[in-house]
Amino acid sequence: MAGALFRPLTPEWRMQERWTDGSRMDKFAAAFIKPNDRLSSFERLEIYNRQYWFRVLDCLWDDFPGLRAVVGKRKFTKLTTRYLARYQSTSYTLRDLGNRLEQFLREEPHWAAPREDLALDMVRFEWAQIVAFDGPSKPAISPDEILDTPAAQLRLGLQPYLSLLELNYAVDDFLIAVKKQESDVLRGEASNAVGSAPRATRLRKRIHLPKREKIYLAVHRHDNMLYYKRLPPEAFVILTALCLGVTVEDACAKALTASNRTNIDWAAQIKEWFDDWSALGWFCRPL
Amino acid sequence: MPANPFNGFTDYGIGIGLRVPHYRHILAKKPVVDWFEIISENFMVDGGRPMEVLDSILEQYRVVQHGVAMYFGSADKFDQTHLGRLKRLVKRTETPWLSDHLCWGSVDGRYTHDLLPMPYTFAVARHTAEKIRAARDYLEVPICVENVSSYAEFHASEMTEWEFLSEVTELADCGILLDVNNIYVSSKNHNFDPYEYLNNIPHHRVGQIHIAGHSKFEKYILDTHDHPVLDPVWKMYAHALKLVGDTATLLEWDDRIPSFDEVHNEALKANKFRDQQLAARSETAA
Repeated sequence: MAGALFRPLTPEWRMQERWTDGSRMDKFAAAFIKPNDRLSSFERLEIYNRQYWFRVLDCLWDDFPGLRAVVGKRKFTKLTTRYLARYQSTSYTLRDLGNRLEQFLREEPHWAAPREDLALDMVRFEWAQIVAFDGPSKPAISPDEILDTPAAQLRLGLQPYLSLLELNYAVDDFLIAVKKQESDVLRGEASNAVGSAPRATRLRKRIHLPKREKIYLAVHRHDNMLYYKRLPPEAFVILTALCLGVTVEDACAKALTASNRTNIDWAAQIKEWFDDWSALGWFCRPL
Repeated sequence: MPANPFNGFTDYGIGIGLRVPHYRHILAKKPVVDWFEIISENFMVDGGRPMEVLDSILEQYRVVQHGVAMYFGSADKFDQTHLGRLKRLVKRTETPWLSDHLCWGSVDGRYTHDLLPMPYTFAVARHTAEKIRAARDYLEVPICVENVSSYAEFHASEMTEWEFLSEVTELADCGILLDVNNIYVSSKNHNFDPYEYLNNIPHHRVGQIHIAGHSKFEKYILDTHDHPVLDPVWKMYAHALKLVGDTATLLEWDDRIPSFDEVHNEALKANKFRDQQLAARSETAA
């Protein structure tokens, strides 16, 4: 039965009429499901097949509005159907349903064509938000603890819920615009409750796709609210190096070596960054 | 049964499902609710807003855990990560009992995220009961299993659904979360008498009751939990109360969720209805 449930529906959202070996699905269903006076075995199995796909597609529809806006609704449904056909859920919670979407887009980028790179950036960004929303946290290190250790010896971990992303598109601004438009549409259609089949709400105004632009993002939470913060490239290098277990001194040196910016008081700038990150509770003991 | 081993000897009244659209209202207005039922899996996370909300709710309300992913009927062994997280949550909420469904939903580590019906055979009953016992021993909390609504029946079945429910719960020595709406939905889909079902289960094992709304289609009824409770379900609820007595009852509303006040009003209606039925039961007994 599970094999039948996991098989994708037809474009008309019906159960496929042939089983994997080419035999008739109605015979396959009749072998283990009883018909009744109103429904054939095929139709009874189809209820579960449809329920499965409506549920999982709906979940990804809600979790990845940015990807949906990037590739378009019809292509999004095809993409997520192929993804779920290849990677069925291996977690007890639907929260993890999209955890291999980035991997899938790297393996089969043509599903997002012609916006493969943008789609990949968006999926990484949207998954980082899921992690930031309810991912684990560790006790934050206090500024005093940081100050007591010389920079040459100090190693800092970053909160597990924090994701550092180097992206080729300004997906943050784009997603804000998408979400704003979707919430406006939902507010306008409050009486039209959500159905179980994938929806086809038309957005009223086209949002321009982001242009190519290198950005560095920290996706995190503060007071249990989700935030994304743009980082200067040097700050991104420092934080990434800290994640890899490099000392604070070496991380800063690496960032300054890589930087081509001049006329900056780097000592003051770095202190300001560390004060900021510490106040946000990003630092914890390294693993 | 007002208090029994299967609901931790508690005496809870009418509860409401804790749902995301209502968080803000509940935390701000602090409405009078006897207890909240939470979906365990929604709070088996590592941190963030869900746990903050849960802790705030726990400060003010009684909470009972209801799961959707134990899959007692799956051939798979339990996912130990799942069980470990569930146990941590049980300790956090101090839920007096825990419920999940009499169904399967995973195979070879792949999850359908659905509550799938089982073939009602003695072998399946033994397997399911063993898993319920193992879960209860590990989690150290009474377990009630909920009858699911279904749209398919198997040729392999050797007994009726109510016989299967009785067999499993007797073998596992566990409780029943009696979902009256699910019985009604399945009775229409499978052409059986829902009252025969109600009359023939071990009433002393019922630790909790669910009532909910459903949707009628041309050829079948779907358990959608997106409407107020309908008349036939109220009648069955009254009959269930006659059989099992004053039992903790939850009003389910999981889709097309209206304002908290609307759900709350439906719960208050259930409370009044329950009081009337129990009073009538007492008069009859006297």
